[in-house]
Amino acid sequence: MALTALTAQRLVRRTGHAFAPLLWIGPAVALIGVVVLWPVVVMFHASVQHISPDGFVLGSAGGKNYSNLWHEPALSGVIWRTVIWVVAVVFVTILLSLALAQLFNQRFPGRRVARWALIAPWAASVMMTALIFRWALDANNGVINIFLHDLGIVHKLGSSQADWLGRPTVALVWMMIVAVFVSLPFTTYALLAGLQTIPEEVYEAARMDGANRWRMYFSVTLPLLRPAVLVATLINVINVFNSFPIIWEMTRGGPGYDTANTTVFMFIIKQPYPGEGAAMSVINFGLVIVVVVLFLRLTRWKEQVD
Amino acid sequence: MTAMASGRRTINRRTWAFSLVAYAIAMIFVLPYAEMIITALRPPKELLDAGYLPKHYDFSNFTSIWKTGFGSNLGASLKIAGGATLLVLIVALPAAYYTARKRFRGRTLFLLLVLATQMFQPAAMLVGIQREFIDFNLSSPIFSLILVNAGFNLAFAVWILNAYFSSIPAELEEAAMVDGTSRVGALIRITLPLATPGIVTALIFTFISAWNEFIVSLTLTLGQPAGKQPLTVGINSYIGQYSIDWGHLFAGAAIATIPVIVLFAMIEGRVVSGLTAGSIK
Repeated sequence: MALTALTAQRLVRRTGHAFAPLLWIGPAVALIGVVVLWPVVVMFHASVQHISPDGFVLGSAGGKNYSNLWHEPALSGVIWRTVIWVVAVVFVTILLSLALAQLFNQRFPGRRVARWALIAPWAASVMMTALIFRWALDANNGVINIFLHDLGIVHKLGSSQADWLGRPTVALVWMMIVAVFVSLPFTTYALLAGLQTIPEEVYEAARMDGANRWRMYFSVTLPLLRPAVLVATLINVINVFNSFPIIWEMTRGGPGYDTANTTVFMFIIKQPYPGEGAAMSVINFGLVIVVVVLFLRLTRWKEQVD
Repeated sequence: MTAMASGRRTINRRTWAFSLVAYAIAMIFVLPYAEMIITALRPPKELLDAGYLPKHYDFSNFTSIWKTGFGSNLGASLKIAGGATLLVLIVALPAAYYTARKRFRGRTLFLLLVLATQMFQPAAMLVGIQREFIDFNLSSPIFSLILVNAGFNLAFAVWILNAYFSSIPAELEEAAMVDGTSRVGALIRITLPLATPGIVTALIFTFISAWNEFIVSLTLTLGQPAGKQPLTVGINSYIGQYSIDWGHLFAGAAIATIPVIVLFAMIEGRVVSGLTAGSIK
């Protein structure tokens, strides 16, 4: 009797120990499970279902959604555009951010205020920024067009030349500029933080060896900045790959699907064909997973939490 | 002597060159938002004039916007962002604290899960979110959006709070516990005040992300009344089939954007380390 009471007590204590973490981290696990993980399951499931436009499941579709998607005439263009979009935007962002970080790392009066100004596109909703650019590119009275007219680049306001967003290729270039613009603040700040981790002694040693400014940048700064550049690149790839508001607000992916990336394409086709939209999402998601795995391998998250 | 003086002068000249370039670049970054405010302040008659600045300024867009659905949108955004922030706080604080203080089975797995979800974005699993929340059939999309925004911003909060709690020595709490305070008491009285900068950063970051969220809101609140649509969706209602009400659109955008930029400036320095999982401090 006494023995069983003792074991029972011990059992309670032991299970109590096992459940204690659950008490503290359980809510977080539940929230992530419901909001982030379960939708992935639902999405995979929806991609093999036949679903009516108003959302009712009409039965299994097998691989039909995927083969329909594969036969969408716009698909190859959309995928190519997405690849170019991501590569160009991230590459230009990193390049410009390296320069900006170098500049804003210098000591000069008013540096704090100047750095604050950099924040604006980061804090503001991307969708609002995209609308500002759409307005500023208005063929008749957009300020960018007025400025380009003053420079002599735009010959006549209101002309088809001034209607930048009406031509798919040019529209895409302008939207890439906006995408770079909103990506620069985070990237520059990440690289600035990276620059701060480089100890001053390294530079002194290089200076003693007679290295000039450029030599110092390419053989000291850049190699030591590598971790920051890699992490910033991956985070940008994820953000830029998923970018929706810029294209949605500036061209709605049109004319046709000529300026759509995979996210915008998915958003448009999920309305009439939810199953096919889900299939597109699954493919998008696969690409995201690859980047996430790379990110996890690159960051030193284990060091931080151990 | 003269060499030194001229050396100093070139340094000064360099500094001035740097500052001028930096100021010019800083200008470029705020110009779009200045244009947003200028357009909002244009009298309706001058809206379509082709000029950098209007001849007159007036506040009519800022006063008449309240007769549109804007006030209701603002209310919805405040509820969604406020609710998501509160939920993140309630859920992230214990998780971050426990993982910082205790070593237990599944701890690494949990932190890995958190970090992986930080890289997930709702856009990538939109169809899943849409279908799941249709099944949940919650009474208002406000609840759905609180949940979604909290879920997708939890990672950042757990991560940055974990770093803060880890940096506060456990001995401080233990000393208080020896004096008879409970663990929770020590947490509230000793640790939380010391972690305030981290908590403020997590809260502001979550609030801003939820405030700016667009694609899920657009999907879940389509066709809903203004009181259930957040600002990002509401702003789009000024875009008509044939014409766009730019005056009200930018007045609304200005009201929605300026406070957020000011809030963000307060936490700017601490955001990067939270987003890059400590690989850049």
